Amino acid sequence: MANPLKCDLCSKPATVHLTQIVNNKVHKVDLCEACAQAKGVTDPSGFSLADLLLKASLNPEPTAGGMRCERCGFTQLDFKKHGRFGCPVCYETFRGIVEPMLENMHNGTAHAGKIPHRALERKTLYDRLTKLELDLTDAIKSERYEDAARTRDEINQVKQAFSQNAAR
Amino acid sequence: MTISSLIDTPSELTDSASNKTAIVLMTRVRLARNLAGYSFPGWAKPAQRDEILSACRAAVSATPQMKRSLNVSIGELSDLERQILVERHLISRELSGMKGGAGVIISKDQAFSVMMNEEDHLRIQVLRAGFNLKKAWNTITDLDSALEEHLDFAFSPTLGYLTACPTNLGTGMRASAMMHLPALVISSQMEKVVRAVNQLGMVVRGLFGEGSDASGSIFQISNQTTLGESEEEIIKRLSSVLQSIVEHELNAREKLLEADAGKLLDKIGRAFGILQNSHLLSSSEAMNLLSLIRLGVDLSTFPDSNRCVIDRLFIEAQPGHLQHAQKGEFEPGQRDVLRAARLRSEFANFPRPDFNFNNDSKN
Repeated sequence: MANPLKCDLCSKPATVHLTQIVNNKVHKVDLCEACAQAKGVTDPSGFSLADLLLKASLNPEPTAGGMRCERCGFTQLDFKKHGRFGCPVCYETFRGIVEPMLENMHNGTAHAGKIPHRALERKTLYDRLTKLELDLTDAIKSERYEDAARTRDEINQVKQAFSQNAAR
Repeated sequence: MTISSLIDTPSELTDSASNKTAIVLMTRVRLARNLAGYSFPGWAKPAQRDEILSACRAAVSATPQMKRSLNVSIGELSDLERQILVERHLISRELSGMKGGAGVIISKDQAFSVMMNEEDHLRIQVLRAGFNLKKAWNTITDLDSALEEHLDFAFSPTLGYLTACPTNLGTGMRASAMMHLPALVISSQMEKVVRAVNQLGMVVRGLFGEGSDASGSIFQISNQTTLGESEEEIIKRLSSVLQSIVEHELNAREKLLEADAGKLLDKIGRAFGILQNSHLLSSSEAMNLLSLIRLGVDLSTFPDSNRCVIDRLFIEAQPGHLQHAQKGEFEPGQRDVLRAARLRSEFANFPRPDFNFNNDSKN
Protein backbone atom coordinates (compact mmCIF):
# COMPACT_ATOMS: atom_id res chain seq x y z
CA MET A 1 0.00 0.00 0.00
CA ALA A 2 2.66 2.46 -1.06
CA ASN A 3 0.51 5.33 -2.31
CA PRO A 4 -2.20 6.03 0.28
CA LEU A 5 -4.47 7.66 -2.25
CA LYS A 6 -4.87 4.60 -4.48
CA CYS A 7 -7.60 1.99 -4.03
CA ASP A 8 -6.09 -1.14 -2.48
CA LEU A 9 -8.08 -3.43 -4.71
CA CYS A 10 -7.95 -1.82 -8.14
CA SER A 11 -5.49 1.08 -7.96
CA LYS A 12 -8.00 3.75 -8.97
CA PRO A 13 -8.00 6.91 -6.82
CA ALA A 14 -9.31 6.12 -3.33
CA THR A 15 -12.06 8.15 -1.70
CA VAL A 16 -13.13 5.81 1.14
CA HIS A 17 -10.67 5.30 3.96
CA LEU A 18 -11.23 2.69 6.65
CA THR A 19 -9.34 2.35 9.88
CA GLN A 20 -9.61 -0.49 12.33
CA ILE A 21 -7.82 -1.07 15.59
CA VAL A 22 -7.55 -4.67 16.82
CA ASN A 23 -5.41 -5.46 19.85
CA ASN A 24 -3.69 -2.09 19.58
CA LYS A 25 -2.68 -2.76 16.00
CA VAL A 26 -3.90 -0.23 13.47
CA HIS A 27 -5.08 -1.52 10.10
CA LYS A 28 -5.91 0.84 7.24
CA VAL A 29 -7.64 0.17 3.96
CA ASP A 30 -8.23 2.67 1.15
CA LEU A 31 -10.88 2.09 -1.48
CA CYS A 32 -12.37 3.80 -4.50
CA GLU A 33 -16.13 4.41 -4.62
CA ALA A 34 -16.79 1.44 -6.87
CA CYS A 35 -14.88 -1.11 -4.80
CA ALA A 36 -16.40 0.23 -1.58
CA GLN A 37 -19.88 -0.37 -3.05
CA ALA A 38 -18.92 -3.76 -4.44
CA LYS A 39 -17.45 -4.90 -1.15
CA GLY A 40 -20.58 -3.87 0.68
CA VAL A 41 -18.71 -1.40 2.85
CA THR A 42 -21.91 0.58 3.18
CA ASP A 43 -24.03 -2.54 3.73
CA PRO A 44 -24.24 -3.16 7.45
CA SER A 45 -24.54 -6.90 7.14
CA GLY A 46 -22.16 -7.45 4.30
CA PHE A 47 -18.98 -5.79 5.28
CA SER A 48 -16.01 -7.32 6.97
CA LEU A 49 -12.90 -5.26 7.34
CA ALA A 50 -10.98 -8.46 7.87
CA ASP A 51 -12.02 -9.71 4.42
CA LEU A 52 -10.83 -6.47 2.88
CA LEU A 53 -7.54 -6.49 4.73
CA LEU A 54 -7.05 -9.97 3.40
CA LYS A 55 -7.32 -8.80 -0.18
CA ALA A 56 -5.34 -5.64 0.42
CA SER A 57 -2.43 -7.54 1.91
CA LEU A 58 -2.36 -9.78 -1.16
CA ASN A 59 -2.27 -7.00 -3.70
CA PRO A 60 1.48 -7.18 -4.30
CA GLU A 61 2.17 -9.96 -6.82
CA PRO A 62 1.98 -13.53 -5.44
CA THR A 63 5.37 -14.79 -4.34
CA ALA A 64 4.96 -18.57 -4.46
CA GLY A 65 4.70 -18.87 -8.25
CA GLY A 66 2.15 -21.28 -9.69
CA MET A 67 1.20 -23.50 -6.72
CA ARG A 68 -1.94 -25.51 -7.20
CA CYS A 69 -4.08 -27.45 -4.74
CA GLU A 70 -3.90 -31.12 -5.67
CA ARG A 71 -7.41 -31.83 -4.57
CA CYS A 72 -9.31 -29.03 -6.23
CA GLY A 73 -6.99 -27.19 -8.62
CA PHE A 74 -7.18 -23.89 -6.75
CA THR A 75 -4.21 -21.55 -7.29
CA GLN A 76 -2.80 -18.64 -5.37
CA LEU A 77 -4.09 -16.31 -8.06
CA ASP A 78 -7.58 -17.66 -7.41
CA PHE A 79 -7.15 -16.79 -3.75
CA LYS A 80 -6.08 -13.30 -4.63
CA LYS A 81 -9.17 -12.96 -6.79
CA HIS A 82 -11.78 -14.41 -4.42
CA GLY A 83 -10.32 -13.96 -0.96
CA ARG A 84 -11.46 -17.50 -0.13
CA PHE A 85 -10.00 -20.97 -0.62
CA GLY A 86 -11.23 -23.80 -2.83
CA CYS A 87 -11.35 -26.72 -0.41
CA PRO A 88 -10.11 -27.82 3.05
CA VAL A 89 -6.91 -29.26 1.54
CA CYS A 90 -5.96 -25.79 0.29
CA TYR A 91 -5.01 -24.92 3.85
CA GLU A 92 -2.23 -27.51 3.64
CA THR A 93 -1.20 -26.59 0.10
CA PHE A 94 -1.03 -22.87 0.80
CA ARG A 95 0.22 -23.08 4.36
CA GLY A 96 2.98 -20.66 3.40
CA ILE A 97 0.57 -17.81 2.75
CA VAL A 98 -2.00 -18.76 5.40
CA GLU A 99 0.31 -18.70 8.41
CA PRO A 100 1.56 -15.10 8.07
CA MET A 101 -2.05 -13.96 7.57
CA LEU A 102 -3.35 -15.42 10.80
CA GLU A 103 -1.52 -13.19 13.24
CA ASN A 104 -3.06 -10.00 11.87
CA MET A 105 -6.44 -11.54 11.39
CA HIS A 106 -7.08 -13.28 14.68
CA ASN A 107 -6.43 -13.26 18.40
CA GLY A 108 -4.10 -16.24 18.22
CA THR A 109 -2.83 -18.66 15.62
CA ALA A 110 -3.73 -22.02 17.13
CA HIS A 111 -7.19 -23.46 17.60
CA ALA A 112 -8.29 -23.43 21.23
CA GLY A 113 -11.97 -24.31 20.96
CA LYS A 114 -14.34 -27.18 20.31
CA ILE A 115 -13.06 -30.33 18.62
CA PRO A 116 -15.46 -32.58 16.68
CA HIS A 117 -15.64 -35.89 18.52
CA ARG A 118 -14.27 -37.88 15.63
CA ALA A 119 -11.19 -35.67 15.54
CA LEU A 120 -11.00 -35.80 19.33
CA GLU A 121 -11.02 -39.57 19.23
CA ARG A 122 -8.31 -39.53 16.59
CA LYS A 123 -6.20 -37.19 18.73
CA THR A 124 -6.66 -39.31 21.86
CA LEU A 125 -5.67 -42.44 19.95
CA TYR A 126 -2.71 -40.65 18.40
CA ASP A 127 -1.47 -39.41 21.78
CA ARG A 128 -1.87 -42.88 23.21
CA LEU A 129 0.05 -44.39 20.31
CA THR A 130 2.91 -41.96 20.75
CA LYS A 131 3.18 -42.81 24.43
CA LEU A 132 3.04 -46.55 23.76
CA GLU A 133 5.81 -46.33 21.18
CA LEU A 134 8.00 -44.57 23.73
CA ASP A 135 7.18 -47.25 26.29
CA LEU A 136 8.14 -49.92 23.76
CA THR A 137 11.54 -48.38 23.06
CA ASP A 138 12.09 -48.02 26.79
CA ALA A 139 11.13 -51.61 27.55
CA ILE A 140 13.43 -52.96 24.84
CA LYS A 141 16.33 -50.79 26.05
CA SER A 142 15.95 -52.03 29.62
CA GLU A 143 15.55 -55.60 28.36
CA ARG A 144 12.03 -55.99 29.83
CA TYR A 145 10.97 -58.23 26.96
CA GLU A 146 7.64 -59.33 28.48
CA ASP A 147 6.58 -55.71 28.94
CA ALA A 148 7.72 -55.00 25.38
CA ALA A 149 5.58 -57.81 24.00
CA ARG A 150 2.51 -56.57 25.89
CA THR A 151 3.11 -53.00 24.73
CA ARG A 152 3.49 -54.16 21.13
CA ASP A 153 0.11 -55.91 21.35
CA GLU A 154 -1.48 -52.72 22.73
CA ILE A 155 0.06 -50.73 19.87
CA ASN A 156 -1.56 -53.06 17.35
CA GLN A 157 -4.92 -52.61 19.08
CA VAL A 158 -4.64 -48.83 18.92
CA LYS A 159 -3.61 -48.95 15.26
CA GLN A 160 -6.70 -51.00 14.54
CA ALA A 161 -8.93 -48.51 16.38
CA PHE A 162 -7.26 -45.81 14.30
CA SER A 163 -8.21 -47.40 11.00
CA GLN A 164 -11.75 -47.97 12.27
CA ASN A 165 -12.03 -44.28 13.12
CA ALA A 166 -10.75 -43.31 9.69
CA ALA A 167 -13.19 -45.65 7.93
CA ARG A 168 -16.29 -44.20 9.67
CA MET B 1 -44.61 -25.55 6.00
CA THR B 2 -44.66 -22.39 3.92
CA ILE B 3 -43.22 -18.94 4.44
CA SER B 4 -46.70 -17.65 5.24
CA SER B 5 -47.19 -20.11 8.06
CA LEU B 6 -43.69 -19.28 9.28
CA ILE B 7 -44.61 -15.60 9.53
CA ASP B 8 -47.82 -16.39 11.38
CA THR B 9 -46.04 -18.53 13.97
CA PRO B 10 -44.84 -16.88 17.17
CA SER B 11 -41.09 -16.62 16.95
CA GLU B 12 -38.14 -15.79 19.19
CA LEU B 13 -37.63 -12.65 17.15
CA THR B 14 -41.10 -11.20 17.23
CA ASP B 15 -42.82 -12.55 20.30
CA SER B 16 -40.37 -12.76 23.13
CA ALA B 17 -40.08 -9.17 24.23
CA SER B 18 -40.16 -8.50 27.95
CA ASN B 19 -38.51 -6.08 30.30
CA LYS B 20 -35.49 -8.35 30.09
CA THR B 21 -35.11 -7.45 26.44
CA ALA B 22 -35.08 -3.72 27.06
CA ILE B 23 -31.65 -2.87 25.73
CA VAL B 24 -30.37 -6.16 24.37
CA LEU B 25 -33.18 -7.32 22.09
CA MET B 26 -31.67 -10.48 20.81
CA THR B 27 -28.64 -12.70 20.89
CA ARG B 28 -27.35 -14.67 17.94
CA VAL B 29 -24.66 -17.31 17.57
CA ARG B 30 -23.60 -18.64 14.21
CA LEU B 31 -21.23 -21.51 13.41
CA ALA B 32 -19.54 -22.15 10.08
CA ARG B 33 -18.92 -25.80 9.18
CA ASN B 34 -17.75 -27.63 6.05
CA LEU B 35 -17.72 -31.26 4.98
CA ALA B 36 -14.35 -32.95 4.61
CA GLY B 37 -13.55 -34.19 1.12
CA TYR B 38 -15.56 -31.58 -0.79
CA SER B 39 -14.67 -28.22 -2.31
CA PHE B 40 -16.13 -25.15 -0.63
CA PRO B 41 -19.40 -23.92 -2.18
CA GLY B 42 -17.85 -21.03 -4.11
CA TRP B 43 -15.44 -23.35 -5.90
CA ALA B 44 -17.40 -26.61 -6.16
CA LYS B 45 -18.97 -27.55 -9.49
CA PRO B 46 -22.81 -27.56 -9.67
CA ALA B 47 -23.02 -31.36 -9.48
CA GLN B 48 -20.90 -31.40 -6.34
CA ARG B 49 -22.92 -28.58 -4.80
CA ASP B 50 -26.07 -30.62 -5.31
CA GLU B 51 -24.42 -33.61 -3.63
CA ILE B 52 -23.36 -31.45 -0.69
CA LEU B 53 -26.82 -29.90 -0.45
CA SER B 54 -28.54 -33.31 -0.33
CA ALA B 55 -26.16 -34.64 2.29
CA CYS B 56 -26.64 -31.55 4.45
CA ARG B 57 -30.41 -31.45 4.06
CA ALA B 58 -30.66 -35.10 5.07
CA ALA B 59 -28.40 -34.67 8.10
CA VAL B 60 -30.00 -31.47 9.37
CA SER B 61 -33.58 -32.66 9.05
CA ALA B 62 -32.64 -35.83 10.96
CA THR B 63 -31.72 -33.88 14.09
CA PRO B 64 -34.35 -33.63 16.86
CA GLN B 65 -34.08 -29.81 16.94
CA MET B 66 -35.20 -29.51 13.32
CA LYS B 67 -38.07 -31.98 13.48
CA ARG B 68 -40.76 -29.54 12.34
CA SER B 69 -38.98 -27.24 10.00
CA LEU B 70 -39.14 -25.43 6.69
CA ASN B 71 -36.71 -27.16 4.34
CA VAL B 72 -36.20 -25.36 1.03
CA SER B 73 -33.68 -24.92 -1.73
CA ILE B 74 -33.16 -21.29 -2.63
CA GLY B 75 -34.60 -21.72 -6.13
CA GLU B 76 -37.99 -22.57 -4.62
CA LEU B 77 -38.33 -19.15 -2.97
CA SER B 78 -39.68 -16.02 -4.67
CA ASP B 79 -37.81 -12.73 -4.36
CA LEU B 80 -40.35 -11.51 -1.81
CA GLU B 81 -40.05 -14.66 0.27
CA ARG B 82 -36.28 -14.33 0.32
CA GLN B 83 -36.58 -10.72 1.39
CA ILE B 84 -38.81 -11.70 4.28
CA LEU B 85 -36.29 -14.27 5.46
CA VAL B 86 -33.52 -11.65 5.30
CA GLU B 87 -35.65 -9.21 7.30
CA ARG B 88 -36.15 -11.87 9.96
CA HIS B 89 -32.39 -12.51 10.11
CA LEU B 90 -32.96 -16.09 9.00
CA ILE B 91 -30.87 -15.97 5.84
CA SER B 92 -28.09 -13.66 4.75
CA ARG B 93 -28.28 -11.20 1.91
CA GLU B 94 -25.67 -13.34 0.16
CA LEU B 95 -27.88 -16.42 0.21
CA SER B 96 -30.92 -14.45 -0.94
CA GLY B 97 -28.97 -13.42 -4.04
CA MET B 98 -28.06 -16.97 -5.07
CA LYS B 99 -29.65 -18.74 -7.99
CA GLY B 100 -29.46 -22.40 -7.02
CA GLY B 101 -27.48 -25.23 -5.44
CA ALA B 102 -28.10 -23.70 -2.02
CA GLY B 103 -30.82 -23.92 0.59
CA VAL B 104 -31.96 -23.27 4.11
CA ILE B 105 -33.70 -25.18 6.87
CA ILE B 106 -35.56 -23.15 9.50
CA SER B 107 -37.14 -24.51 12.67
CA LYS B 108 -40.80 -23.68 13.22
CA ASP B 109 -40.15 -21.19 16.05
CA GLN B 110 -37.38 -19.65 13.92
CA ALA B 111 -34.86 -20.06 16.70
CA PHE B 112 -32.70 -22.27 14.45
CA SER B 113 -31.72 -21.56 10.90
CA VAL B 114 -29.20 -23.58 8.88
CA MET B 115 -28.01 -22.15 5.57
CA MET B 116 -26.45 -24.62 3.16
CA ASN B 117 -23.91 -23.80 0.44
CA GLU B 118 -23.80 -20.12 1.20
CA GLU B 119 -20.13 -19.19 1.77
CA ASP B 120 -19.59 -22.45 3.68
CA HIS B 121 -21.36 -25.79 3.39
CA LEU B 122 -23.21 -25.12 6.63
CA ARG B 123 -23.94 -21.89 8.44
CA ILE B 124 -25.82 -22.86 11.59
CA GLN B 125 -27.55 -20.10 13.50
CA VAL B 126 -29.40 -19.82 16.80
CA LEU B 127 -31.48 -16.79 17.82
CA ARG B 128 -32.47 -16.12 21.41
CA ALA B 129 -34.47 -13.20 22.80
CA GLY B 130 -32.65 -10.93 25.21
CA PHE B 131 -29.14 -11.16 26.59
CA ASN B 132 -28.54 -14.88 26.43
CA LEU B 133 -25.14 -15.70 24.94
CA LYS B 134 -24.42 -18.70 27.14
CA LYS B 135 -27.77 -20.30 26.46
CA ALA B 136 -27.46 -19.62 22.75
CA TRP B 137 -24.02 -21.24 22.70
CA ASN B 138 -25.22 -24.32 24.63
CA THR B 139 -28.15 -24.71 22.27
CA ILE B 140 -26.09 -24.39 19.13
CA THR B 141 -23.27 -26.63 20.26
CA ASP B 142 -25.86 -29.36 20.91
CA LEU B 143 -27.15 -29.04 17.35
CA ASP B 144 -23.58 -29.01 16.03
CA SER B 145 -22.75 -32.19 17.96
CA ALA B 146 -25.94 -33.83 16.69
CA LEU B 147 -24.87 -33.03 13.12
CA GLU B 148 -21.43 -34.53 13.75
CA GLU B 149 -23.14 -37.92 14.05
CA HIS B 150 -24.10 -37.75 10.38
CA LEU B 151 -21.43 -35.54 8.81
CA ASP B 152 -17.64 -35.54 8.78
CA PHE B 153 -16.53 -31.94 9.33
CA ALA B 154 -13.34 -30.55 7.80
CA PHE B 155 -11.12 -29.90 10.78
CA SER B 156 -7.43 -29.32 11.48
CA PRO B 157 -5.93 -29.72 14.96
CA THR B 158 -3.99 -26.48 14.50
CA LEU B 159 -6.40 -24.34 12.49
CA GLY B 160 -9.66 -25.70 13.91
CA TYR B 161 -12.77 -25.88 11.74
CA LEU B 162 -11.75 -25.19 8.14
CA THR B 163 -13.82 -22.53 6.40
CA ALA B 164 -13.90 -21.02 2.93
CA CYS B 165 -12.61 -17.71 4.23
CA PRO B 166 -9.64 -17.69 6.64
CA THR B 167 -11.39 -15.01 8.70
CA ASN B 168 -13.72 -17.73 10.01
CA LEU B 169 -11.12 -20.35 10.93
CA GLY B 170 -10.89 -21.99 14.34
CA THR B 171 -14.19 -21.86 16.15
CA GLY B 172 -16.03 -20.68 13.05
CA MET B 173 -18.19 -18.81 15.50
CA ARG B 174 -19.70 -15.37 15.14
CA ALA B 175 -21.57 -14.37 18.29
CA SER B 176 -23.56 -11.16 18.28
CA ALA B 177 -26.20 -9.19 20.10
CA MET B 178 -28.77 -6.74 18.79
CA MET B 179 -28.93 -3.67 21.01
CA HIS B 180 -31.25 -0.69 21.22
CA LEU B 181 -29.15 2.37 22.11
CA PRO B 182 -31.30 5.48 21.62
CA ALA B 183 -29.76 7.58 24.39
CA LEU B 184 -26.22 7.01 23.12
CA VAL B 185 -27.35 8.10 19.66
CA ILE B 186 -29.22 11.16 20.91
CA SER B 187 -26.27 12.30 23.01
CA SER B 188 -23.86 11.70 20.08
CA GLN B 189 -21.78 9.14 21.95
CA MET B 190 -22.03 6.29 19.45
CA GLU B 191 -18.79 7.12 17.66
CA LYS B 192 -16.92 6.99 20.94
CA VAL B 193 -18.58 3.68 21.80
CA VAL B 194 -17.78 2.21 18.39
CA ARG B 195 -14.11 3.14 18.74
CA ALA B 196 -13.87 1.68 22.24
CA VAL B 197 -15.60 -1.52 21.13
CA ASN B 198 -13.24 -1.85 18.16
CA GLN B 199 -10.26 -1.55 20.51
CA LEU B 200 -11.63 -4.57 22.36
CA GLY B 201 -11.71 -6.63 19.19
CA MET B 202 -15.45 -6.41 18.57
CA VAL B 203 -17.37 -4.95 15.67
CA VAL B 204 -20.40 -2.63 15.72
CA ARG B 205 -22.73 -2.10 12.82
CA GLY B 206 -26.10 -0.49 12.40
CA LEU B 207 -28.80 -2.98 11.61
CA PHE B 208 -31.05 -0.66 9.63
CA GLY B 209 -28.80 1.93 8.12
CA GLU B 210 -25.21 2.94 7.95
CA GLY B 211 -22.36 3.41 10.37
CA SER B 212 -23.11 5.04 13.69
CA ASP B 213 -26.22 6.79 12.39
CA ALA B 214 -28.22 3.61 12.30
CA SER B 215 -31.90 4.28 11.95
CA GLY B 216 -33.94 2.88 14.82
CA SER B 217 -30.80 3.18 16.98
CA ILE B 218 -30.43 -0.57 16.69
CA PHE B 219 -26.93 -1.97 16.47
CA GLN B 220 -25.34 -5.36 16.17
CA ILE B 221 -22.21 -5.99 18.22
CA SER B 222 -20.22 -9.09 17.34
CA ASN B 223 -16.80 -10.67 17.77
CA GLN B 224 -14.26 -10.03 15.06
CA THR B 225 -11.83 -12.93 15.50
CA THR B 226 -12.61 -16.64 15.58
CA LEU B 227 -9.22 -18.34 16.02
CA GLY B 228 -6.94 -18.57 19.05
CA GLU B 229 -9.61 -18.53 21.73
CA SER B 230 -12.19 -21.03 22.90
CA GLU B 231 -15.87 -20.40 22.24
CA GLU B 232 -16.42 -19.79 25.95
CA GLU B 233 -13.63 -17.22 26.06
CA ILE B 234 -15.03 -15.33 23.07
CA ILE B 235 -18.48 -15.32 24.63
CA LYS B 236 -17.11 -14.14 27.95
CA ARG B 237 -15.31 -11.24 26.27
CA LEU B 238 -18.35 -10.31 24.20
CA SER B 239 -20.60 -10.49 27.26
CA SER B 240 -18.47 -8.06 29.19
CA VAL B 241 -18.42 -5.64 26.26
CA LEU B 242 -22.21 -5.87 26.01
CA GLN B 243 -22.58 -5.39 29.75
CA SER B 244 -20.48 -2.26 29.57
CA ILE B 245 -22.47 -0.87 26.65
CA VAL B 246 -25.72 -1.51 28.55
CA GLU B 247 -24.34 0.51 31.47
CA HIS B 248 -23.32 3.34 29.16
CA GLU B 249 -26.79 3.42 27.62
CA LEU B 250 -28.47 3.48 31.03
CA ASN B 251 -26.18 6.30 32.17
CA ALA B 252 -26.86 8.24 29.01
CA ARG B 253 -30.61 7.89 29.63
CA GLU B 254 -30.27 9.17 33.18
CA LYS B 255 -28.21 12.12 31.99
CA LEU B 256 -30.74 13.02 29.32
CA LEU B 257 -33.54 12.98 31.86
CA GLU B 258 -31.55 14.99 34.40
CA ALA B 259 -30.32 17.56 31.93
CA ASP B 260 -33.61 18.17 30.14
CA ALA B 261 -36.41 15.67 30.60
CA GLY B 262 -38.79 17.93 28.74
CA LYS B 263 -36.75 17.65 25.55
CA LEU B 264 -36.81 13.88 25.64
CA LEU B 265 -40.49 13.65 26.46
CA ASP B 266 -41.18 16.08 23.64
CA LYS B 267 -39.42 13.74 21.20
CA ILE B 268 -41.42 10.78 22.46
CA GLY B 269 -44.68 12.69 22.39
CA ARG B 270 -44.11 13.91 18.85
CA ALA B 271 -43.17 10.43 17.69
CA PHE B 272 -46.46 9.17 19.09
CA GLY B 273 -48.36 11.90 17.32
CA ILE B 274 -46.75 11.21 13.97
CA LEU B 275 -47.25 7.47 14.20
CA GLN B 276 -50.94 8.00 14.92
CA ASN B 277 -51.53 10.48 12.14
CA SER B 278 -49.06 10.46 9.29
CA HIS B 279 -49.84 9.21 5.79
CA LEU B 280 -46.37 8.79 4.40
CA LEU B 281 -43.61 7.09 6.33
CA SER B 282 -40.28 5.97 4.95
CA SER B 283 -38.65 2.90 6.42
CA SER B 284 -35.94 4.84 8.20
CA GLU B 285 -38.31 7.45 9.61
CA ALA B 286 -40.59 4.69 10.91
CA MET B 287 -37.61 2.98 12.58
CA ASN B 288 -36.61 6.19 14.33
CA LEU B 289 -40.13 6.90 15.55
CA LEU B 290 -40.60 3.35 16.78
CA SER B 291 -37.25 3.59 18.53
CA LEU B 292 -38.49 6.60 20.51
CA ILE B 293 -41.68 4.80 21.50
CA ARG B 294 -39.62 1.82 22.61
CA LEU B 295 -37.52 4.13 24.75
CA GLY B 296 -40.82 5.44 26.10
CA VAL B 297 -41.77 1.90 27.15
CA ASP B 298 -38.43 1.55 28.97
CA LEU B 299 -39.10 4.84 30.76
CA SER B 300 -42.60 3.71 31.76
CA THR B 301 -44.28 6.30 29.54
CA PHE B 302 -46.07 3.34 28.01
CA PRO B 303 -46.90 0.02 29.68
CA ASP B 304 -44.26 -2.71 29.52
CA SER B 305 -46.60 -5.07 27.72
CA ASN B 306 -46.44 -2.86 24.63
CA ARG B 307 -42.75 -3.49 24.01
CA CYS B 308 -43.48 -6.62 21.99
CA VAL B 309 -45.80 -4.64 19.70
CA ILE B 310 -42.92 -2.31 18.87
CA ASP B 311 -40.49 -5.16 18.31
CA ARG B 312 -42.92 -6.82 15.95
CA LEU B 313 -43.46 -3.57 14.10
CA PHE B 314 -39.71 -3.12 13.59
CA ILE B 315 -39.88 -6.24 11.47
CA GLU B 316 -43.31 -5.78 9.93
CA ALA B 317 -42.63 -2.24 8.76
CA GLN B 318 -39.81 -3.58 6.57
CA PRO B 319 -40.51 -3.58 2.81
CA GLY B 320 -40.69 -7.38 2.37
CA HIS B 321 -43.13 -7.88 5.23
CA LEU B 322 -45.30 -4.95 4.19
CA GLN B 323 -45.69 -6.26 0.67
CA HIS B 324 -46.39 -9.77 1.91
CA ALA B 325 -49.14 -8.44 4.18
CA GLN B 326 -50.69 -6.60 1.25
CA LYS B 327 -50.22 -9.63 -0.99
CA GLY B 328 -48.51 -7.73 -3.75
CA GLU B 329 -45.42 -5.91 -4.93
CA PHE B 330 -45.28 -2.17 -4.50
CA GLU B 331 -43.01 0.71 -5.39
CA PRO B 332 -41.23 2.45 -2.49
CA GLY B 333 -43.58 5.43 -2.71
CA GLN B 334 -46.63 3.19 -2.35
CA ARG B 335 -44.92 1.28 0.44
CA ASP B 336 -44.55 4.52 2.39
CA VAL B 337 -48.31 4.93 2.20
CA LEU B 338 -48.91 1.33 3.31
CA ARG B 339 -46.42 1.63 6.12
CA ALA B 340 -48.06 4.76 7.47
CA ALA B 341 -51.48 3.13 7.22
CA ARG B 342 -50.31 0.05 9.10
CA LEU B 343 -48.75 2.12 11.85
CA ARG B 344 -51.79 4.38 12.14
CA SER B 345 -53.99 1.40 12.76
CA GLU B 346 -51.57 -0.10 15.32
CA PHE B 347 -51.23 3.16 17.18
CA ALA B 348 -54.94 3.90 17.18
CA ASN B 349 -55.17 1.27 19.93
CA PHE B 350 -51.94 2.15 21.65
CA PRO B 351 -52.29 3.62 25.16
CA ARG B 352 -51.63 7.34 25.39
CA PRO B 353 -48.24 8.32 26.84
CA ASP B 354 -48.09 8.85 30.59
CA PHE B 355 -45.49 11.51 31.27
CA ASN B 356 -45.81 11.42 35.03
CA PHE B 357 -43.49 8.50 35.61
CA ASN B 358 -40.96 8.42 38.47
CA ASN B 359 -37.74 8.79 36.58
CA ASP B 360 -37.35 5.02 36.76
CA SER B 361 -35.11 4.35 33.81
CA LYS B 362 -33.33 1.42 35.39
CA ASN B 363 -34.71 -1.84 33.95
